[in-house]
Amino acid sequence: MSFMQINDLNVHYPIRGGFFNTVIDKVYAVDGVTMEFEKGKTYGLVGESGSGKSTTGKAIIGLEKITSGQIFYEGEDVTNQRRNRNSAYNKDIQMIFQDSHSSMNPRKRVLDILAEPIRNFMKLSDQEERKRIKELLAIVGMSEDVLLKYPHEFSGGQKQRLGIARAVACNPKMIIADEPVSALDLSVQAQVLNFMKDIQTEYGLTYLFISHDLGVVKHMCDHISIMYKGRFVETGTRHDIYRDPQHVYTKRLLSAIPNIEPESRLERKLIRQKVEENYQKEQHQYYDEHGKVYPLKSISDTHMVAMSGGI
Amino acid sequence: MNTANDLLTIRNLTTSFRIKETYHAAVEDVSLSLKKNEVLAIVGESGCGKSTLATTIVGLHNEVNTKVTGEIHYNNQNLTQLNEQQFNRLRGNDIGFIFQDPLSALNPLMRIGEQIAEGLVYHTKLSKQQRAERVLELLNQVGISNPERVARQFPHQLSGGMRQRVMIAIALSCKPSILIADEPTTALDVTIQAQILDLLKALQSETETGIILITHDLGVVAEMADRVAVMYAGEVVEEAPVQELFKNAKHPYTRSLLNSIPQTHSENERLEVIQGMVPSLKNLPREGCRFSARIPWIDASAHERKPQLHEIAPGHFVRCTCWKHFHLEGEEGGGAV
Ligand SMILES: Nc1ncnc2c1ncn2[C@@H]1O[C@H](COP(=O)(O)OP(=O)(O)OP(=O)(O)O)[C@@H](O)[C@H]1O
Ligand SMILES: Nc1ncnc2c1ncn2[C@@H]1O[C@H](COP(=O)(O)OP(=O)(O)OP(=O)(O)O)[C@@H](O)[C@H]1O
Ligand code: SF4
Ligand SMILES: [Mg+2]
Ligand SMILES: [Mg+2]
Repeated sequence: MSFMQINDLNVHYPIRGGFFNTVIDKVYAVDGVTMEFEKGKTYGLVGESGSGKSTTGKAIIGLEKITSGQIFYEGEDVTNQRRNRNSAYNKDIQMIFQDSHSSMNPRKRVLDILAEPIRNFMKLSDQEERKRIKELLAIVGMSEDVLLKYPHEFSGGQKQRLGIARAVACNPKMIIADEPVSALDLSVQAQVLNFMKDIQTEYGLTYLFISHDLGVVKHMCDHISIMYKGRFVETGTRHDIYRDPQHVYTKRLLSAIPNIEPESRLERKLIRQKVEENYQKEQHQYYDEHGKVYPLKSISDTHMVAMSGGI
Repeated sequence: MNTANDLLTIRNLTTSFRIKETYHAAVEDVSLSLKKNEVLAIVGESGCGKSTLATTIVGLHNEVNTKVTGEIHYNNQNLTQLNEQQFNRLRGNDIGFIFQDPLSALNPLMRIGEQIAEGLVYHTKLSKQQRAERVLELLNQVGISNPERVARQFPHQLSGGMRQRVMIAIALSCKPSILIADEPTTALDVTIQAQILDLLKALQSETETGIILITHDLGVVAEMADRVAVMYAGEVVEEAPVQELFKNAKHPYTRSLLNSIPQTHSENERLEVIQGMVPSLKNLPREGCRFSARIPWIDASAHERKPQLHEIAPGHFVRCTCWKHFHLEGEEGGGAV
């Protein structure tokens, strides 16, 4: 039995407008997503901006209403209990938010922001609580003199680190990490990624790792899903995706990875244009007449691709 | 420094925040210049003062808790002396600004289309109909695939990367002569990032915009920048033309920064980490070299007491003299940093 299972998850938003503010359209932010998580593994969720990654993450932890679909956690259907404040699910599954700034109450000090989950879920004495908070700060490389500060007094990267400290505060079993390092410079990025791996080895944590950075995803993830307009175009092991990409969208993503040679700027631009042309030419084979991604088909034990007809 | 054809000249700029009763500098004695048609990248560790520098240039600090000294010259005015009203005229029209945190820069109660059109009302002579068309065109240019829908939505209904692009559209809408972009592509995937960078280049060739590009992504730097300034703990520690910086970085901080790039061929290995961390404002060493604590293997007496920027090659400045003692990669002894 897998640790967690997501079945045919859908999150659709109505769009209102017009004179009577009626529903005139729908956004299919998440449109039929199925995933399975094992303990101790890292799952990457990659895809274009606006493809539904954050919505998927927020729906799993219960911050977004699910239109249809089910979530099983340790064998139990938790679809409708995700929002119970003090349930085990709520303690075990934590999220690092993409937008760390708006996920923190601007009127609370760091001390209280970090203490909140601890007070909710762990029964610690004041002294133990202090100790835990100091540990957390050390983990994300910040000094104790930040405890009395407010969120606006921090730089973007510092806020992101506080968000990470808050997510790990209560020893969760799974962390949904939404772009956890994209606001961080490389050195801090490395510290945080190393730390995430360390606690994973130590506590058998599972990660759903949302990122648009294919370098980081490759470094972190065992299994990767590529998302496009609310659906998966391809899923597979790291090896499947990086060595043997099948879907035209995956190939396009992989070809655009920047590298750090200022000399080859022009050359890379030409390559990008070429891939882009190919993408425009070939894409009709990969999307149906409404531009919708086809259902996934297995092409090996681990590798699935969304394509029409045979491959 | 040659200032004749500079668009923007920053001299000895210091920005300090009040913490309890004392002010602590987050940006200290920074001097930089920006020419027409140039991209100056600013890189450096989280918390080193990049955003503070940017918001100081556009005068967006709370005056009660912030102290600014030094000069910022643009178009025969010293920006540090302007009042709020004068600044409002400059922002948007002459100076475009892309914030690191889009949510706090967008009005939560206003539809996206209206927010973009608002700037056009002040800064162009377009008719209402033309403005509506221009809004859709701008959204399209920043790679938003269903502009009609997005124009009707509110900021909280957009994904992180979509918000970031809306802000870019607003900043570009008035074709500013200076664009300050604070981490403009952090939330974007590589294909859209490339599109945005191409868009910035196109704006530049059309209007000769000078761009200050703040980023921690060295890939973006390699793609865009003409010159790079590296900041550490509030100071510029190295400045050089982009190729020179990637090939020939001298400051130990810059070198370790270049070393910590995850290579795409690495799987599962541990990443290179610069030991230690940027000290918090209150604990910044205000004397001597600020980086010395993080390279303990160099004997204290070897460092310059108050390192100055030395020009070691044309246009290449380093705030460190000790680099001469290092064995650099490729040379005998292997990389010491
Ligand atoms: N409350 C909402 N109302 C209407 N539409 C919404 C709402 N929240 C999100 N959406 C839409 O759902 C889609 C998916 O958004 P989501 O935030 O999940 O994208 P994402 O993959 O995380 O993108 P990014 O990489 O830019 O963060 C977007 O088109 C967005 O506009
Ligand atoms: N309003 C404020 N009050 C007090 N301290 C502040 C304030 N704003 C920023 N700081 C501090 O000033 C320093 C520089 O912050 P800044 O936001 O400029 O960093 P940054 O280089 O942009 O970092 P990042 O890459 O993480 O965005 C940090 O130590 C930060 O905590
Ligand atoms: S002056 Fe000394 S301490 Fe400072 S960067 Fe150079 S080597 Fe390091
Ligand atoms: Mg997102
Ligand atoms: Mg910043």
